[in-house]
Amino acid sequence: MALVTAPAPKTAADERVAKRGPLSKLMARPEVGALVGAVVLFIFFASVSGTFTQPNALATILYGSSTIGIMAVGVSLLMIGGEFDLSTGVAVISSALTASLFSWYFSMNAWVGVVIALLVSLSIGFINGWILVKTKLPSFIVTLATFLMLTGLNLALTRLIGGSVSSPSISKLDGFDSAHAVFASSISIGGVEVKITVFFWIILVAVASWVLLRTKVGNWIFAVGGDANAARAVGVPVTKTKIGLFMAVGFCGWILGMHNLFAFDAVQSGEGVGNEFLYIIAAVIGGCLLTGGYGSAVGGAIGAFIFGMANKGIVYAQWNPDWFKFFLGLMLLLATIVNLIVKRRAELK
Amino acid sequence: MNAKQIDQQTLLRDEKDPLTHTPVHLLSLDGVGKHYGNIIALRNVTMAVDNGRVTCVLGDNGAGKSTLIKIIAGLHQHDEGVLHVMGDERKFNSPRDALDAGIATVYQDLAVVPLMPIWRNFFLGSELTTGFGPFKSMDVQKMKDITLKELAQMGIDLRDVEQPIGQLSGGERQCVAIARAVYFGAKVLILDEPTAALGVKQSGVVLRYILQARDRGLGVIFITHNPHHAFPVGDRFLLLKRGKSIGYYDKKDITLDELTAQMAGGAELAELAHELEQLGGHTQALKEVQAEVAEVADAAYESNAKRH
Repeated sequence: MALVTAPAPKTAADERVAKRGPLSKLMARPEVGALVGAVVLFIFFASVSGTFTQPNALATILYGSSTIGIMAVGVSLLMIGGEFDLSTGVAVISSALTASLFSWYFSMNAWVGVVIALLVSLSIGFINGWILVKTKLPSFIVTLATFLMLTGLNLALTRLIGGSVSSPSISKLDGFDSAHAVFASSISIGGVEVKITVFFWIILVAVASWVLLRTKVGNWIFAVGGDANAARAVGVPVTKTKIGLFMAVGFCGWILGMHNLFAFDAVQSGEGVGNEFLYIIAAVIGGCLLTGGYGSAVGGAIGAFIFGMANKGIVYAQWNPDWFKFFLGLMLLLATIVNLIVKRRAELK
Repeated sequence: MNAKQIDQQTLLRDEKDPLTHTPVHLLSLDGVGKHYGNIIALRNVTMAVDNGRVTCVLGDNGAGKSTLIKIIAGLHQHDEGVLHVMGDERKFNSPRDALDAGIATVYQDLAVVPLMPIWRNFFLGSELTTGFGPFKSMDVQKMKDITLKELAQMGIDLRDVEQPIGQLSGGERQCVAIARAVYFGAKVLILDEPTAALGVKQSGVVLRYILQARDRGLGVIFITHNPHHAFPVGDRFLLLKRGKSIGYYDKKDITLDELTAQMAGGAELAELAHELEQLGGHTQALKEVQAEVAEVADAAYESNAKRH
């Protein structure tokens, strides 16, 4: 009797690929660490404070998150593209000051100022990116210089034009009310007032995720962050991609700047310093790699949400808000460690 | 050295492309030179690349191999001589220019982004899109399918196109890069030291892909410092040394041993032996060098004897 060895069963799956459950697949996503952190934090604050889970309180938390999250979208994309921007905090105020001072000085419709501010914000992004790609200096130096220059310009020009440390009120100007409605109104959902910035935030995150995962520009962003030389060698327009990313950050700064302006009717010229770190922290908590090439827009959004929860949660828990910065630092450390562990485990599996 | 060198004067003259039988080469360099400031990196290099042929460029470190491919790949511009692509004189201003002319380069460092999935790397810079206007998005499923199919055709048994390319072995990454170039309609494929960092078995795999690319009708430029890798796959051999061409041979005119001898620089070894002798002392080193000189000379003699 001949020994017949059974032929190896022909399966579509390769034997070298171990079965990966949906859980371990999920664990490989960049934003999972942040998501776990967000859930833990939510449960924590919900258990120590009864008001934390009230719809009104949630709307306030979302609003606080959105003011960080709108910027975190741009900053996350930029970080995936391998750069970061220290000028974002003051650039937001620069944008708001431009709109208010321009329309006030020329007594024009507020919308003219809004458009001029958009141009200025995009130009700041363009100049940051252009200097970066031309000089090949690290983005830390280039944007630190921009940060200092903008801080000075904000203070000096506001005093020169408006004569004070805060920009003059523009509430009497034409177009103020419509601009207020667009940038700073609230929308009622089931009796809960939700600020419009929350919707801007959600739209921006959706658009950024789509660009990142489903368009060729997204492919280029990952590539210039992962290995700019390799990207250039296969024909990716590295220069344009990097400048475009800085301009996208400028665009996000414009939206937030307009909100800051039209939520009231004036802006303090010294504001914004230090906020750039909050945006970077949100992106990093959300799983963006500081060295570039890895991350997601949703991650940045979760990072911003963690920030918003911690910020407002401390108030709802009736603790002294002095503790907030300590919590923020601790959160950053824990989130990045969790990210690291999750990423390593996901890669091993 | 009795190998018949292709004469510099008659080089490229009266030669015909083996596939099209026209006197036009797919790519040809005529007296090309390049200097960086006062450093002459490359001088008077002449070579041709044809459809379905492998032209090997051999040389030691600093011989000018990298400069040569950078000129062909559009990263640098030559200062002297002319570069013809299918009969037209060209000077590439960017890698994109060269790519558009059908010249694809697989670099030593592979030009892949390690953290990105294989399919994203495969289509990087030439993504497929659907839709129109601002709603143009990547055709992800099609791109994944094509990646898997193209790699299978090159004989690459792939696990999962979604995994980061950094997880592949060096040889596999080379093959992905070659398959990518072939798929995007490259007519000329430049391979920069593809076997330099690989083990024996992996090198064999890459050499097989070089032959596959050749059989698909591509003109291949294979840059290496290893004559044992170059000889089995090459049709023409250009030897570079210190930025100059020291020989340009057809496969029928040269043997592996002669190639190795030229690469090793038999004349220089003899000179070194002479110097050591004059200095005196170093008897052990002298013996070794002399033995090597004899070996190289023997090899050259034997191979000549075999042929004549």
